[in-house]
Amino acid sequence: MKTLAELEAIRKKTLDSIVLRKEEEGNTRVVVGMATCGIAAGARPVMIEFVEELKRRNMTNVTVGQTGCIGVCRLEPIVEVYVKDQPKVTYVKMTPDKVARIITEHIVNGKVVEEFTIGAAE
Amino acid sequence: MDLIRSHVMVCGGTGCSSSGSMDIIKEFEAQIASHGLDKEVKVVRTGCFGLCQAGPVVIIYPEGSFYSRVTVSDVERIVEEHLLKGRVVKDLLYYESIEKETDTLKSLDEVDFYKKQKRVALKNCGMIDPENIDEYLAFDGYKALEKVITSMTPQEVIDEISKSGLRGRGGAGFPTGRKWAFAAASKSDKKYVCCNADEGDPGAFMDRSVLEGDPHVVLEAMAIAGYAIGADQGYIYCRAEYPIAVKRVQIAIDQAKEYGILGKNIFGTDFSFDIEVRLGAGAFVCGEETALMVSIEGNRGEPRPRPPFPAVKGLFGQPTILNNVETYANIPQIINKGADWFASMGTEKSKGTKVFALGGKITNTGLVEVPMGTTLREIIYDIGGGCPNGKKFKAAQTGGPSGGCIPASQLDVKIDYDNLIAIGSMMGSGGMIVMDEDNCMVDIARFFLEFTVDESCGKCAPCRIGTRRMLEILNRIVEGKGEDGDIEKLELLAENIKASALCGLGQTAPNPVLSTLQYFRDEYEAHIYEKRCPAGQCKALLSYKIDPAKCKGCTLCARKCPVGAISGKVKEPHVIDTSKCIKCGVCMENCKFDAISRS
Repeated sequence: MKTLAELEAIRKKTLDSIVLRKEEEGNTRVVVGMATCGIAAGARPVMIEFVEELKRRNMTNVTVGQTGCIGVCRLEPIVEVYVKDQPKVTYVKMTPDKVARIITEHIVNGKVVEEFTIGAAE
Repeated sequence: MDLIRSHVMVCGGTGCSSSGSMDIIKEFEAQIASHGLDKEVKVVRTGCFGLCQAGPVVIIYPEGSFYSRVTVSDVERIVEEHLLKGRVVKDLLYYESIEKETDTLKSLDEVDFYKKQKRVALKNCGMIDPENIDEYLAFDGYKALEKVITSMTPQEVIDEISKSGLRGRGGAGFPTGRKWAFAAASKSDKKYVCCNADEGDPGAFMDRSVLEGDPHVVLEAMAIAGYAIGADQGYIYCRAEYPIAVKRVQIAIDQAKEYGILGKNIFGTDFSFDIEVRLGAGAFVCGEETALMVSIEGNRGEPRPRPPFPAVKGLFGQPTILNNVETYANIPQIINKGADWFASMGTEKSKGTKVFALGGKITNTGLVEVPMGTTLREIIYDIGGGCPNGKKFKAAQTGGPSGGCIPASQLDVKIDYDNLIAIGSMMGSGGMIVMDEDNCMVDIARFFLEFTVDESCGKCAPCRIGTRRMLEILNRIVEGKGEDGDIEKLELLAENIKASALCGLGQTAPNPVLSTLQYFRDEYEAHIYEKRCPAGQCKALLSYKIDPAKCKGCTLCARKCPVGAISGKVKEPHVIDTSKCIKCGVCMENCKFDAISRS
């Protein structure tokens, strides 16, 4: 027997885990390059850090996806961030340590972390 | 399971299950585990996605990649490429989901099959795991029941449903709110809420898909109905031929009881409601409301005259409402989003959407849900992809054995209850069988009549004897023994059966004959007076001939003929012995020189 409040709690908890099935307009997307080059350079820990960090902050409006080789293998791991109505931002030579800053500064506060971007690396 | 980043949704409806989706699920789980992805990727078995033609269907989120006709051996590649490396396996995607010019992926709702659809009754089908009540809850499940019990009076619930304009999706289209109001007004200490899941029309599988994909929505709606009319017991009457649906409904009932959503004192109020499943043995007549209730009581499923209507005297002699599965599937959303939202879809007298099971000669066989008022052309061509192999569309049969055929000339009629009746068919429960130029309309009428003759319960004479006489006449016509006056006899019998049969089964049984007579009378006449079947289907009226000028004497036809009806020497023209010929058409299919013709 569950109370109405308990049902509401189940709703919220389950929704968090299945929200990625909803193709909501306006969701921010984080795409990690996961071809052989990316995986070899350590893309997997970066991706897992994104998922965990978003979970810790309860940010269900951001999805983490994968893509193939982006082309600049020497700068892997590469992460692309798509915020609605803004140009795509490409971060290069990613490490798990850099993830928290990108989420806080870029995704939450809308300020691109210039020093991690491909522009700064080139 | 905190790290889940991707969901692999595998269709577990009847269509995809029978083409092996359960093995695909196992293979996904094994491959995902062996690649060490089991903490970040989750496999979910869902209900029907609708595009059964392309089954087994797998959708991977968050990308929304739509893989079609997946086989067990494809799974390894999908896991390695898509899930591990993030490269969508394009050649395994549903071909329509790739934008050809730019080679980019389209989102699901841009695919032609889904573009014109609007999913209301099927909202959760394919989106949730039907065996997990938590997922139903997450998609606003049981919120409507909560709202009704805690903040609305029964009268307010009935008013809301009436205002929405919802009509019964089982076929007849009776206003649901009015049905509930009648039952609410009947005085009794015991009332019942029943759900008709005895979907018997050939080719129809809408209700099955809802029960398989979203069973909780039916439970929630029945509880709402129970609250509205003052009932504390519900029955779902489901045919035993739907084992997956029966199993999932039972799981759903058990889960709802565990959570206290069904049972005594729901949400701590004094409202109690329980639901049980009753299995039907597959008699078509048990989908008729009075026969269905008799069957639930444990007696032989035979209809009885109305009135009294079930709302006054139904199951066990008590006031009862009976609604169809799809009708119930609309109720929670009407409560949550309001009657005006529902009434904003559809036509003046038919509100909301309707689910159709597309089958027959159509490219995209499957389940579609469109707003009322969508034209048949949009359903057949834009969603269904037209007839395969470039054949010409001839007619669509709606309403099953009680309905009629809609010819090509009526393709632009807006589909709703009243328009379909006006053109001699009916909405029915939503089966839609498409026929192309190769279908003989007399034979189609005969097929449906044969079905009703088989399924007639035998209680009343017009149905038991009348439909059999009609079938005998039709059998004669397709065998080339039709006589002058047969059409008039058919019409007379049809009118009398319609006027005098006891229940809906008999009253509507002549419809397939009447509607084909209305639009394809020339085909009947060709059979009777010219002993000719224009579509080339009725074997008794066919004859195969070899053109001696074209025949090269290759002997292929003689070797392929299963009854040895073809003779001739090598390099000399062959001949068919028409007394031996069984008209199977194998010779014509195999001839490389186009020398064999059918007339």
